[in-house]
Amino acid sequence: MEQKKDEKVTYPKYAPGTHVSTSDIYQKNITYSWWEPEVQYAWSLGPAYSRFLEGLKEGKILGIHCHKCKRVIVPPRSFCEYCYGPTDGWIELPDTGIIETYSVSYLDPDANRIEEPILIGVIDIDGADEHHGFMHYFGEMSKDEIKIGMKVKAVWKPEDEREGSITDIKYFKPLRGGE
Amino acid sequence: MKKDVAVIGGGMTIFRRRLKETGKELSFLAAKMAMEDAGIQKDDIDMIVMGTAPDAFDGIHMKGENLLDGAAGAGKPYVRVFNGGGTGVFAPIAGWWHVASGVADVCLVVAEEKMGSCYPHPQTAFQHIWDPVLDRPLHPNLVWLFAMEMNRYMTVHGIKKEDIARVAVKNKRNAVGHPCAQLADPNITVDDVLNSEMMAWPVQRLDISPPSDGAAALLFCSEDVVRQYTDDPVWVGGVGWNIDSTMWTNRDLYFPRYVAHAAKMAYKMAGIVNPRKEIDFAEPYDPFDYKELHHMEGLLLCDKGEAPILTREGVTQRDGDMPICPSGGLLGVGNPIAATMGQKVCELYWQLAGKAGKRQIPTNPRVGVGQAWGDIMQMATVMVLKR
Ligand SMILES: [Zn+2]
Repeated sequence: MEQKKDEKVTYPKYAPGTHVSTSDIYQKNITYSWWEPEVQYAWSLGPAYSRFLEGLKEGKILGIHCHKCKRVIVPPRSFCEYCYGPTDGWIELPDTGIIETYSVSYLDPDANRIEEPILIGVIDIDGADEHHGFMHYFGEMSKDEIKIGMKVKAVWKPEDEREGSITDIKYFKPLRGGE
Repeated sequence: MKKDVAVIGGGMTIFRRRLKETGKELSFLAAKMAMEDAGIQKDDIDMIVMGTAPDAFDGIHMKGENLLDGAAGAGKPYVRVFNGGGTGVFAPIAGWWHVASGVADVCLVVAEEKMGSCYPHPQTAFQHIWDPVLDRPLHPNLVWLFAMEMNRYMTVHGIKKEDIARVAVKNKRNAVGHPCAQLADPNITVDDVLNSEMMAWPVQRLDISPPSDGAAALLFCSEDVVRQYTDDPVWVGGVGWNIDSTMWTNRDLYFPRYVAHAAKMAYKMAGIVNPRKEIDFAEPYDPFDYKELHHMEGLLLCDKGEAPILTREGVTQRDGDMPICPSGGLLGVGNPIAATMGQKVCELYWQLAGKAGKRQIPTNPRVGVGQAWGDIMQMATVMVLKR
């Protein structure tokens, strides 16, 4: 069947809605209401995350095996999402890896602009399966130097400052020859 | 007994950074337009699906209930569906199964988003979607995710930024023919994109779609009653959806395999064996310019790494062999998350019904595919419409 074309009419035929700008709110040109929620959370982290964070406090990156998938997983979890069985035992991994991907960010968490960029990315941790790792900052390298595939090593906080958090690692630095 | 399902009406509001109307009022405006298009009253509608994404943007928890009166839901079987950015195509998939299952003859689907309500910027609400143990202590910005995925995609295939910028140029130009568009620009160039503000390398300001307020609506109807409303229906050919593991740092981000799984599901239902030949045009999800390319590959419309080449060669222009985002997409029309149903599925309907006017693809298209994408780079929703 030949398509019935009506080039005189473009759908949607009209475009309802009324545009207002941010300044309309700040200058009270429109009627609005305001709400600032205050809410706090404390999450219990379960056996896998808890052990992982305890490991970080000791300066260790802990992974976990799935024997059925023959996979070394980091970050660790209690069960394997693919074969859907329980995971099989802990393994200490080196605190080195390669940069899987990265970004050079001029945005802070609230999308405010910042002068000095944040180097951020995913580290594919040595000893774990390919493409297995976690997100972290990079340091001791410039935005021109950073590249995918670069070998990196964790820089840890001093032991007495660690609190069982992903931030017990300060950042990952380039792994230079001889280290 | 599965019913064939037709699309008989579509509607949408303007998309803007901030709209005066409430979410309920936007839902009402979009739904009314779809009902006028189909020539249908509230009493003729059996069931309603509402699609709307994270509650944190509107600041109204369980906002499906807040919006229902605006979506003609009062006193009706009504459900909200939600899977982040995937909602824009998942809501019509839910509308389809209401009718395909035989429980409804006519189902209205309304999709709404108000991102402008969240101050100072909806980015602040996005912080609450990250893993509380692994990610949040690093104070991530959501743009980082896309920057990291884009970098991986570019690096694995050796893609130049200028070949990605062509997508933003095409879509913002395509949007010039769209009455609801937020960022249509007839004069934008590749250099404008490449010279725009650096946000999180490789993502620059003009690589990104804007946050928006808006709503869209679609009416689905059973083969049993469709002749009451139209002689020339547009049909749902197939639907598919798939989600990958939330452990996004345990996947190679260069290829969205979950999009391929969802596409294969939809193509199988639609009887499509060779998508490159049998699909005439596509509306892949384009919140960032590289995502259009990534999703063309996920939708199996070209080889891995080939989408930037097709774009450079003009194949994806509205008058090319495989028009991509003839609506103007999210980059040109705007990105009120769930309400992008307006570009991803309403546009398929308008194109296939020959109602797209200034945006009409000139080659008489018969089959189109729309797709949305969301959550932590893991959710794909796909719908095929055909004439
Ligand atoms: Zn396993």
